[in-house]
Amino acid sequence: MAQREAYITGIGMSEVGVRLTRSPLGLTMDAIKEAVADAGLTLDQIDGVSTYPGKMQIFMGFSPIGVDEVIESCGLKTRWHTGAAESTAQLGAIADAAAAVRSGLARHVICFRTVYEAAALARPEEFPPLERRKDVSGGSQWVSPFGAFSAACWTAQFAMRHMKRYGMTREQLAQVAINDHRNAALNPRAIVKEPLTMEKYMDARMITTPFCLYDCDRFTDASTVVIVSAGDALDEVTATPIRIAASAGSCERYSWDQAEWAAAYPTGRDLWKNTDYTAKDVDTIQFYDGFAFQPITWLEGLGLCEVGEGGRFIEGGTRIALDGELPMNTGGGQLGWGRLHGFGYAYESVVQLRGAGGARQIKGDPKVAVATSGGGPMAAALLLTRD
Amino acid sequence: MTWQRSRIRLDRDNRAFWTGGQEDKLNIMHCDDCGGFIHPPRPFCRHCQSENVAPKAVSGKGVVDTYTINHQKWAPDMDVPFVIARVKLDDAPGVYLTTNIVNCAVEDVDMDDEVQVVFEEQDGIWYPLFEKVDG
Repeated sequence: MAQREAYITGIGMSEVGVRLTRSPLGLTMDAIKEAVADAGLTLDQIDGVSTYPGKMQIFMGFSPIGVDEVIESCGLKTRWHTGAAESTAQLGAIADAAAAVRSGLARHVICFRTVYEAAALARPEEFPPLERRKDVSGGSQWVSPFGAFSAACWTAQFAMRHMKRYGMTREQLAQVAINDHRNAALNPRAIVKEPLTMEKYMDARMITTPFCLYDCDRFTDASTVVIVSAGDALDEVTATPIRIAASAGSCERYSWDQAEWAAAYPTGRDLWKNTDYTAKDVDTIQFYDGFAFQPITWLEGLGLCEVGEGGRFIEGGTRIALDGELPMNTGGGQLGWGRLHGFGYAYESVVQLRGAGGARQIKGDPKVAVATSGGGPMAAALLLTRD
Repeated sequence: MTWQRSRIRLDRDNRAFWTGGQEDKLNIMHCDDCGGFIHPPRPFCRHCQSENVAPKAVSGKGVVDTYTINHQKWAPDMDVPFVIARVKLDDAPGVYLTTNIVNCAVEDVDMDDEVQVVFEEQDGIWYPLFEKVDG
């Protein structure tokens, strides 16, 4: 029997904004309806649900919606579901769904990621914030007592080391944000509408060195959905299917501060072990950029450049621009589109591989994309292809 | 810094680390079978899976592996800027501690600086901070 395949057959997204008043379930349903219709399916054909991370009662803004609400609100009868809080980072929820359809556990899976961090911050009585000051345990106890509340502080230390060890500059780092802002301006759904100049970047207030304001994504309210379908169910689908040709999610230390490297390095290396494609085949890269340094780790981890060369690789920004040799974060990434938290990279890969990017569509006939998510000890990468 | 640090929930695994400073000791979980160190502390050795593990006081000397100068007030009572660093311990191979480098100007911290632990006590928790050895 030929190896079973998994495809992304539908994509959908809610309104993307800051301090939205529509409920998180409402946003999730908006995205689900759009994705199911995009695939040419109906809800009664959906038999699986997957999400990252699943509902988090202690941190509702971060993840307000669980699998239960989707099954109930959509009236689904499912054969497989998961809430992948401890999976291999955000896109791990899509990789898990691909594994499920390849093994015959489901035919069409709704994969969703709903974020509500901006609205939650504005409505703390409804969505209590995460407690970082008292009764701290788990991984948080090793960082929070020292004021390192944010992943910005943890990621910045890896970035500082890159500057000192390999000579990465702030001007190089700035290209991630400048590229994101330029592309976001062409994306009607992005929260950023204005271009970013180097001067404005350099004048921005510092968050934690070397990250200034523009190196950090901002809280966003949105839901992103992709439908993952089994290869033998494609005759039920009307959209151009995009194959999940490979995935990876490697971990060497499950700890933000004990890992020598970000998990992007082993994950990037291992992605190519799971496919016959090589780094040379990639037409566009959609790299996690909650912080501007993270795409540099993915460039190096995936072997698109040598370790230590990521800063010089994006210098000047032409290489990663829409008309460059390796267009990156063509929808604006998280610094421009909004903090969709991982799923935006899969969504945008599908847009580009379908040739549906409109004003932001890259040239030629792109057939291979890499979408990644995660930072620090967690990472997931998807190799997406149009056959 | 005078701000109130996050209060730890003490348990069987982490108590020796967070209270060792009372006796001026930096306790790191150690395997008495293979000699490896285990951090974060757990009741199994991550190198050989032995349960013959116990907290061991190390020298408290290390080097700055990397760092960031934090300017953002993540809480209203924080004094900024301050240095968040990852210190590599000299005599606990493979163990890094996220910490603050204190008692010097923020711009005087650099990678590979030699540092020594100093404890700051708040409400029964002894937070291991570090200061530069050469002052």
